Amino acid sequence: MLELLSFGPNGWGGQLLMGTAMTVAVAVSAFAFGILVGSLGASAKLSHSMALNVVADIYTTVVRGIPELLVIYLLFFGGSSVATSIAAAFGYDGRVDLNAFTIGVLAVGLISGAYSTEVIRGAVQSVPFGQIEAARACGMSRWLILRRVLVPQTLRFALPGLGNVWQLTLKDTALVSVTALAELMRVTHLAAGATRQPFLFYGTAAVLYLLLTTVSTALFNRAEISANRGVRRA
Amino acid sequence: MNWQLMWDSLPRMIGGLSLTLQLIVGSLALGALVAFGVALLRLSGNRVVETLAAAYVFVFRGTPLLVQIFLVYYGLGQFEFIRDSILWPFLREPYWCAILALTLNTGAYTSEVLRGAILSVPQGQVEAARACGMSRALAFRRIVLPVAIRQMLPAYGNEVILMVKATSLASTITLMEVTGIARRMIAQTFAVFELFIVAGAIYLVLNFIATRLIKFAEWRLTPYLRARA
Repeated sequence: MLELLSFGPNGWGGQLLMGTAMTVAVAVSAFAFGILVGSLGASAKLSHSMALNVVADIYTTVVRGIPELLVIYLLFFGGSSVATSIAAAFGYDGRVDLNAFTIGVLAVGLISGAYSTEVIRGAVQSVPFGQIEAARACGMSRWLILRRVLVPQTLRFALPGLGNVWQLTLKDTALVSVTALAELMRVTHLAAGATRQPFLFYGTAAVLYLLLTTVSTALFNRAEISANRGVRRA
Repeated sequence: MNWQLMWDSLPRMIGGLSLTLQLIVGSLALGALVAFGVALLRLSGNRVVETLAAAYVFVFRGTPLLVQIFLVYYGLGQFEFIRDSILWPFLREPYWCAILALTLNTGAYTSEVLRGAILSVPQGQVEAARACGMSRALAFRRIVLPVAIRQMLPAYGNEVILMVKATSLASTITLMEVTGIARRMIAQTFAVFELFIVAGAIYLVLNFIATRLIKFAEWRLTPYLRARA
């Protein structure tokens, strides 16, 4: 039975490994995209523009309130037509097809971004305003304050929350398997069907996901320690 | 935007609502029982039992729900002794597989919430109850549990919302709840955005009701905060 998991010609080991790599690739890209979206969302929520506040509020409420699977279906079935019409607006008259990887990253990234928005907003708000004032009094420009004061401190406050978002993002990538992208879940599904050993393969997938979540939790803990190295502990 | 189609799709989507609600209520109720048992095991003081309970929580929180659903639905049928057991008439049905997987999943998360809440009950209150002559069990039932349940409600509200959303995964094992129906209608009509809006709105309404219910429970259980305000 274990030879099914081996790397030989009869084993699925190689494919499972490729699937795991694809899962990590989707998760990392979606998480990065989510942080980008989250930073934009947080700045929209913290801006003084009423319109931006409302738009960001609708985004986080809707995306956090509907099932992830629906968001993935939306982009899977509708993503290409939106991309086509955007391209048409720029004067390109042909069909734009998004590949499964792009759809997965966009879908999971948009979900991840909604949670990141809240985390980053909270973190920005916990930077004491006196520090911004002090930086301004020293004559720093807006960008310099952002780069030297606000972002490093925000990162420190945001890390625990972002760790949670990363876990969610990593697990959400399993749903991308409905678009037939060959990530871990999809490979497992194929292997389970081909070998008629579903318990073995889904169990293996569970172990691989556990490995990914455990290792990344340890990495986030290290990052937290290093981000807090300048802070005296109570 | 095809408004007519959106309007016409509503009755069919609402038709899936009953199944979605059954999955939510069923798995939350059973999950609460599992969570209660697991939280007690984790606080039992017996090293072996505590490790086993912690391992259960670790596994179910660390893996995607989809893996758990597939493991139950496809995986369990692989074993002969399960196919021969009296449980097979249940485990053969996608409905019960979905309930089982959702129950085990929410049980793991909720047990952590409950454990934290039990640990947050001030030791002095337990001591006071013991000093009044209550037995350990009575003090747990009358003092610790009510305080803990009140304490855990905000975090439990998050878990309820997660479960409302999680029921959509039942559509991957052929159940025709709201997401399953939406998916099938999208494949038939290609009206992606219209149907997405209708299905999404149903889930938003469900989550809105869920948060109101939790808020109401919180309000009912904190009369001492109301009197002051």
